[in-house]
Amino acid sequence: MKNKVFFTLLLISSLVACNNATDKSSPAADNSAATATTAGGQENVQDDASAKDIVKVAISSPDHTTLVAALKQAELVTALSNAGPFTVFAPTNAAFDKLPAGTVDGLMKPDKKEDLQNILQYHVTLAAMKAETFKDGQVLGMVNGDNVTISIKDGKVMLNNSATIVASIPASNGIIHVIDGVLLPPAKK
Amino acid sequence: MKYLKQLLSILLLMLAVTIFNSCKPKNAGSAVSADAASKAYVPPGKYDEFYNFVSGGFSGQMSVYGLPSGRLLRVIPIFSVDPEKGYGYSEETKPMLNTSHGFVPWDDQHHTELSQTNGEIDGRWIFANANNTPRVARVDLTTFRTTEIIELPNSAGNHSSPFITENTEYVVAGTRFSVPPDDANGDVAINTYKQNFKGYLSFISVGKEDGKMDIAFQIKCPGVNFDLSHAGKGKSHGWFFFSCYNTEQANTLLEVNASQRDKDFIMAVNWKKAEEYLKAGKGRKQTVKYAHNVYDEKSHTATSEIRTEVTVLDSKELKDICYMIPCPKSPHGCDVDPTGEYIVGSGKLAALIPVFSFTKMQKAIADKAYDGEYEGIPVIKYEAALHGEVKKPGLGPLHTEFDGKGNAYTTFFVSSEVVKWSIADLKVLDRVPTYYSVGHLCIPGGDSKKPNAKYLIAYNKITKDRYLPTGPELAQSAQLYDISGEKMQLILDFPTIGEPHYAQAVAADLIRNKSVKFFKIEENTNPFVSKGEGTTKVVRAGNKVDVYMTCIRSHFSPDNIEGIKAGDEVYFHVTNLEQDWDVPHGFAIKGANTGELLIMPGETQTLKWIAEKPGMFPFYCTDFCSALHQEMSGYLRVSPAGSTVPLTFSTGTNMPKADSAAKK
Repeated sequence: MKNKVFFTLLLISSLVACNNATDKSSPAADNSAATATTAGGQENVQDDASAKDIVKVAISSPDHTTLVAALKQAELVTALSNAGPFTVFAPTNAAFDKLPAGTVDGLMKPDKKEDLQNILQYHVTLAAMKAETFKDGQVLGMVNGDNVTISIKDGKVMLNNSATIVASIPASNGIIHVIDGVLLPPAKK
Repeated sequence: MKYLKQLLSILLLMLAVTIFNSCKPKNAGSAVSADAASKAYVPPGKYDEFYNFVSGGFSGQMSVYGLPSGRLLRVIPIFSVDPEKGYGYSEETKPMLNTSHGFVPWDDQHHTELSQTNGEIDGRWIFANANNTPRVARVDLTTFRTTEIIELPNSAGNHSSPFITENTEYVVAGTRFSVPPDDANGDVAINTYKQNFKGYLSFISVGKEDGKMDIAFQIKCPGVNFDLSHAGKGKSHGWFFFSCYNTEQANTLLEVNASQRDKDFIMAVNWKKAEEYLKAGKGRKQTVKYAHNVYDEKSHTATSEIRTEVTVLDSKELKDICYMIPCPKSPHGCDVDPTGEYIVGSGKLAALIPVFSFTKMQKAIADKAYDGEYEGIPVIKYEAALHGEVKKPGLGPLHTEFDGKGNAYTTFFVSSEVVKWSIADLKVLDRVPTYYSVGHLCIPGGDSKKPNAKYLIAYNKITKDRYLPTGPELAQSAQLYDISGEKMQLILDFPTIGEPHYAQAVAADLIRNKSVKFFKIEENTNPFVSKGEGTTKVVRAGNKVDVYMTCIRSHFSPDNIEGIKAGDEVYFHVTNLEQDWDVPHGFAIKGANTGELLIMPGETQTLKWIAEKPGMFPFYCTDFCSALHQEMSGYLRVSPAGSTVPLTFSTGTNMPKADSAAKK
């Protein structure tokens, strides 16, 4: 009887160990050679103590669920969990909703991944730039290779005259400027 | 019944094991495959196949690893004091760290470069740069010791260094921080950068036989930040290529202000032409001040000399030395393929990798296909020099090395990956993740004419969860990939010293058989050497006392010293009499605020020690040398100043009075 209890406990503990290993929150939970490295990048690092990076800040925002889903689909989560420093212009869910119906759904399809990457990378630049440092007419080189032009009207910072910064949130690896429109890269020649 | 119970237990155990196995993450196998361990495994007692010389970043040193095991073989002290080696503590080694600013105990070491002959690694020396107080060092690969250090005038932040020409004719150094020249007034407003700041490139000649370094000439260039460089080779021998950023000439918040222009430059330098101008007397002699330090292997002593003149060629006046090639977005890496035809510029903010053609660049110069000038230097039209672009290769391209089979491997900091691409058609062939945020990479011979492309090592800036946590600071990680096949395969992850900024690797056969085992005692020319116990002595001159001491398993001679007085300045000149491989001795004396010594077989090293107050001061060997290592010790007696205790020294004869009397 004692044996039975022991093995039941063993079974439970192995199940618990299984949960730990599969939820990927603890990459080194299993020390066997085959599982020493989990796929993915810095986004998998288990760290609830440090200041949140851009990805973690975005995930915690209820207004950015579309953006977060798009970042995952475009495989940009690893990059934006990186040391940075980044400036990310983060369109709200409402901003995405302003696009013609079906646009977002279309971009989320696997065969449109490159287009989605191009659009999202057009929202990121290297260097953490605070809103107050932007100057009227300033041109920012974005990660996708295209430029965004800043304009300042009535104290509000606008990008390409199509989106306005409505809030700014600092993150450990840069800064997020919440914007009310989606920036569309210039058409490729 | 008992049998049944046992059976049940076994069944339950089997079930538990099955559950354990079934819960491995599904994607894990793709990251590390099962044969990785055997590929990186070097059995105990067996040598590694490659030496890997890894810069130590902010530690100022260079570390040496064996590949593929990732075992740390040695840390070579170069630009920082090193208690483990006595470097910078012994009187003999202190001059190595002398500069025009005095003794600098700690610098920042970023790049390593093995000497080459005909574009191939020759295994003679390895060069290293000091970033902060600009210097270049040469390490002798028979002793794995720093043998020479030269300071660079007119420079600040020596980052673009120490890259070499294909016969090690020159080691170059491009300044990261432009500053007012050393003979100009540096006390100017910082925001006069554009008018007053200049960037200097130093061409350090290297003696063909002895490796001795000398600043042959400097080229005065516009004030920008020079980042990295590589020499042309083969058809492009005679040229050097430097990446430049901050061509905006910003002097504050470079994070934003040096990223304004769509394109910065790769600067192509025709150094053969520069040599001609130098010969023709076109250089200006400039008064400067820089240190040149040499470690003499026979006297085991470094000397430091301050030099006061350098010859400067002006890129603005001598039009056909320097040319600018536009390169997108703050180029970092500047790498030349094994054929010498292709120059890869990696703009760290760029969305593509431009590859320039040496042949097209030459034609563009001949045709004067220029797009105006930058600060008096012709700017070649981008398209005129361009072989092509690698489109959408990854995010944040940094550095490229080559396999000699037509492929290039580029690191991407932001997307944390290494990407393999084909130089001819600029197509991406393979990509692997790194953990995390890779900077440089290294392929053995990967920047030479003849890569030995079995492995690729990625040097990462961020470690996070790769190893057991060790508080806020974690050892930075290197990752070893097998690149012998078409696909890159991660096989090992190993921690490194400081920041593994850049590294070079070479087949061990080229170096290991030349390794010195000990220094010959009969060749020791140190002025304070004792070549046998019979010549040991203690000599007083005023309050300076020289102790000529020897050590051999397992005693010091002398090991009893009396007659030292408070206030005396004592120099222990300790010679290791051993003539046997791997038998160093250490020397430590209580209260030594000057450090300790470590003495190689056949070597003499000196520790300065101030006798502060009367008392008894034991000294002993710190490097475990023999079964009687614990017995290897002695006493030094310090008497008050003005004491009449005579100066005596001995080994084995200073017996208690009673014993001496009994013997009579």
